[in-house]
Amino acid sequence: MVTVAEVFRALFEGFVVSVEIFALTLLFAIPLGLVISFGSMSKFKPLKYVVKFFIWVIRGTPLMLQLIVIFYGPGLIATWAVNTGSTNPLVMWLATWTVMERFTAVIISFVINYACYFSEIFRGGIESIPKGQYEAGQVLGMTKTQVFFKVVLLQVVKNIIPPMSNEIITLVKDTSLARVISVYELIWAGQAFIKSDGLLWPLMTTAIFYLAFSGLLTFVFGKIEKKLDYYKN
Amino acid sequence: MSVLEVKDLKKSFGKTEVLKGVSFTLDEGEVLSIIGSSGSGKTTILRCINQLEIPNSGYISVGGEIFFDGTAEKENAKQRRMKQRLVGLVFQDFHLFPQYNVHDNLTLAAKLLAKEREDYKENKKNIIADIEAKADELLKKVGLSEKKDSYPCQLSGGQKQRVSIARALMLEPKVLFFDEPTSALDPELTGEILKVIKSLADENMTMVIVTHEMSFAKAVSTKVIFMDDGVIAEEGTPEDVFDNPKSERTKAFISKFED
Ligand SMILES: Nc1ncnc2c1ncn2[C@@H]1O[C@H](COP(=O)(O)OP(=O)(O)OP(=O)(O)O)[C@@H](O)[C@H]1O
Ligand SMILES: [Mg+2]
Repeated sequence: MVTVAEVFRALFEGFVVSVEIFALTLLFAIPLGLVISFGSMSKFKPLKYVVKFFIWVIRGTPLMLQLIVIFYGPGLIATWAVNTGSTNPLVMWLATWTVMERFTAVIISFVINYACYFSEIFRGGIESIPKGQYEAGQVLGMTKTQVFFKVVLLQVVKNIIPPMSNEIITLVKDTSLARVISVYELIWAGQAFIKSDGLLWPLMTTAIFYLAFSGLLTFVFGKIEKKLDYYKN
Repeated sequence: MSVLEVKDLKKSFGKTEVLKGVSFTLDEGEVLSIIGSSGSGKTTILRCINQLEIPNSGYISVGGEIFFDGTAEKENAKQRRMKQRLVGLVFQDFHLFPQYNVHDNLTLAAKLLAKEREDYKENKKNIIADIEAKADELLKKVGLSEKKDSYPCQLSGGQKQRVSIARALMLEPKVLFFDEPTSALDPELTGEILKVIKSLADENMTMVIVTHEMSFAKAVSTKVIFMDDGVIAEEGTPEDVFDNPKSERTKAFISKFED
């Protein structure tokens, strides 16, 4: 019979992986999202439409499916190609991709997915700044860079805090999708006790971890929002 | 010598020609009012002079510096920026920077510009102190010394507009432009703005004011231009334009404002 302590140790191990997925996704998806948002606002039409199409595909399909495609897709295609006799080095390289670390596949899928969601939030935030703010800066002799960093940026940050906090709290729960490609995380850790010991409560207990984590995030975002409350855009 | 010269200024947006050849000059200390119906191109004139729009053709100079003579594209961003300091623009809806308090709204641009001075490193303390003093002096001038630490969202429309006038004056422009500075305000607040503009006129500030306040235009300006469909339909002293308008369009326009 497992002890309560053993259950919690296992859950905690799963939780650490979930937090890693969460943190790495944020770390890479925020800058990538910024790049994608600039692409989606580009004056160069072909780039803009390609980026918008990409965002549509990523936001229009389930993250679970993207995980599977990223993890198995390239290998499947390459295996098929090898079977039909291709010796193209790129294909050979892709064929090795099935042995890519599962965790890496999770991070790649999550980063791409969340970067697209973030990019739309950034675009909305940037486009909501009135043209007059840029013009006021310009007639006062500021450079474009100065206007962006000294005038526009903080206003954008203030605008995007609420939607970002929503999205980031969703990410906490989305980390559980990683188990689709057998990455051990919090839900998996809880579920394991059903099979091994016939216990359901460990799985239910995972809720405490999710709640604590999202509670902490809600608190942090609340603080940031308060901090920016001293003015109205 | 004229401090502002505009010659045969033309500007189109797509296929619509908004300015069809506008010419005028302004001497130091003069106050020019530009009147005319909606869509006649008044704002576009100010935006062209303030480098917010690139004209299609024509010539613009301020204080002897050529702002536009058809070769604007060849200029680099820094040259344009340095010229920008010769003119100031007060917008209809203020465009104050919401995250900065009144004092910082005034000093932000000046402090950034000061960093480009060669003596900035040695003289940093004095330069900053001068900027602060200048801001205090201008806030006093527009009667807002006690609002120094307030944020724009805490001010009335009239107060915001006075801050934006002070902000525009920080860089000591040779010509100050106003685009309907009272149009976004409640009627009872227009007086405080007109008072500030009047006091600037009394100090011989060269100004160009786009306005629908006819009696104010008449009282404060030395020169009036009536714009009609992209051209100057009438031009002269306030007495000429308001009391003895020559063109029918001017007569019709002015009679609308008489009560
Ligand atoms: N960026 C733009 N793109 C297209 N058309 C424009 C643009 N800016 C102005 N226009 C058009 O140019 C014409 C003149 O506009 P402008 O703003 O200069 O008029 P105005 O005399 O200032 O009018 P108002 O009294 O309403 O402010 C209008 O018909 C307007 O629709
Ligand atoms: Mg206008």
